[in-house]
Amino acid sequence: MGGDFVGQLSIFVLAVFVGYYVVWSVTPALHTPLMAVTNAISSVIVVGAIIAVMSSSVGWTKILGFIALTLASINIFGGFAVTQRMLAMYKKKNKGE
Amino acid sequence: MANFSALLYLICAVLFILALRGLSSPATSQRGNRMGMVGMALAIATTIVYAFWSSDTAGFVDLIWVIAALLIGAVIGLTTAKKIAMTDMPQLVAAFHSLVGLAAVLVAAAAYTQPAAFGLLDVDGKIFVASRIEMGLGIAIGAVTFSGSLIAFAKLQGIMGGAPVVFSGQHKVNAVVGLLMLGLIIAFCISANPTTLLLLTLLAFAIGFLLIIPIGGADMPVIVSMLNSYSGWAAAGIGFTLHNNALIVTGALVGSSGAILSYIMCKGMNRSFINVLLGGFGGDSSTGAATGAVDERPVKQGSAEDAAFIMKNAGSVIIVPGYGMAVAQAQHAVKEMADALKAEGVKVSYAIHPVAGRMPGHMNVLLAEANVPYDEVFELEDINSEFQSTDVAFVIGANDVTNPAAKTDPKSPIFGMPVLEVEKARTVLFVKRGMAAGYAGVQNELFFRDNTMMLFGDAKKVAESVARSL
Repeated sequence: MGGDFVGQLSIFVLAVFVGYYVVWSVTPALHTPLMAVTNAISSVIVVGAIIAVMSSSVGWTKILGFIALTLASINIFGGFAVTQRMLAMYKKKNKGE
Repeated sequence: MANFSALLYLICAVLFILALRGLSSPATSQRGNRMGMVGMALAIATTIVYAFWSSDTAGFVDLIWVIAALLIGAVIGLTTAKKIAMTDMPQLVAAFHSLVGLAAVLVAAAAYTQPAAFGLLDVDGKIFVASRIEMGLGIAIGAVTFSGSLIAFAKLQGIMGGAPVVFSGQHKVNAVVGLLMLGLIIAFCISANPTTLLLLTLLAFAIGFLLIIPIGGADMPVIVSMLNSYSGWAAAGIGFTLHNNALIVTGALVGSSGAILSYIMCKGMNRSFINVLLGGFGGDSSTGAATGAVDERPVKQGSAEDAAFIMKNAGSVIIVPGYGMAVAQAQHAVKEMADALKAEGVKVSYAIHPVAGRMPGHMNVLLAEANVPYDEVFELEDINSEFQSTDVAFVIGANDVTNPAAKTDPKSPIFGMPVLEVEKARTVLFVKRGMAAGYAGVQNELFFRDNTMMLFGDAKKVAESVARSL
């Protein structure tokens, strides 16, 4: 168990560094879409909700999982869709202008 | 099979990193977003297939449950995303954060009610101590994210006043609740008792609420970013519980993203993160009208026609938008005005302060919505040197971010904050509703200068009438 935890912690710490460098390279003009998309991807906790729904018969676990799954999927669909909507608005200068 | 699904989760994590990487430029951003979608679809599919493979009981009915939840979420999520006005983006993001937080709490609770399904039991049939810590932390951060985001949402949506709510002993109460939570996490590690976990959750809800109520409306960019960060840490906490690397990596990415944004916002106001968190700073600029001290000095006031005349004869105009433009939904009117100016041969660009608006990048999205090309929009450090060679600075709905007192007056509460140096332009036009002080409660010296002309009125109406007069 101990080795497993240290392994996960290593991945976590390295991912924090990856996040640090990737996010600093995001242009400030896109900070709002950045928040919307990070919101959508943090809903990857949907994974836990699916496990809860699928691996138990009807009971507390399944109900909790079902609600969590619904909430997270609102976020997933809503988050990616609204990000797409925003990003589609960013346009370069037309030559005609 | 377990290894294979772990590999697929790794691919998801890489796709998420690429999704954020894509945002380094508007040109690559849409492809990045699609990678994020693929990553999410892959994560969901992998989990469903693996659940079938690893569990003897999982059947077709369970799949129906999953699909039903996904469909409900899709309908609500997609309609919201389609309908929401761009000016309401800050509250939408706050609402989304609260959902992630609540989902994290529910997943941790589900794992607690059936630890065997999540592989959390040791040989004696007890939950691993490490898992207890992760569960306790995951549930606590999730709950804080949930209630904190709800308050942020209520303040941004105007359900709750934007002014800070303060009471005596506030910080002591927060400290006591914080210590109690720490004690409960330790107790939960020892006992794995459900009552302890429930108490911890309730206290975490309470602290989320208590932390956000003293924070004023214009500090919301920091808070929304901070809650963004928390939602990431909550996801990472759940990832540790479930031994799932996709969650750990994603949580870490989102967590550091939110933390960096909070840092950028704090720097934009020259305040420390702690100072923002302690709250009580300023009121909402929209409600500050009655309280702001009225200065008796005369100001030069002009009409839309005067402004149109000045700008028509200028060689270059820099437009400085602020939260007032968002409130008045004036972005389209501003763009029309800019088009009319360009037709007269005037060079138009936009200058954006890092904390303009209610969330990072808020002004950029609004201008993009109004079809302003992104290569005409500049950040503070890129455009500040341009003001001295500019004929007109047109400030619409911004105040504190242009106040020269931030550079000259060490006693001012905004001293040290980076500001847009609009006073260096030959003429400064200020669109404002009245003479009230800005969010920080400081009078802006610029209003009384000779080269300043005030245009009183609603941002949208003023911009429209200037455009008509051109």
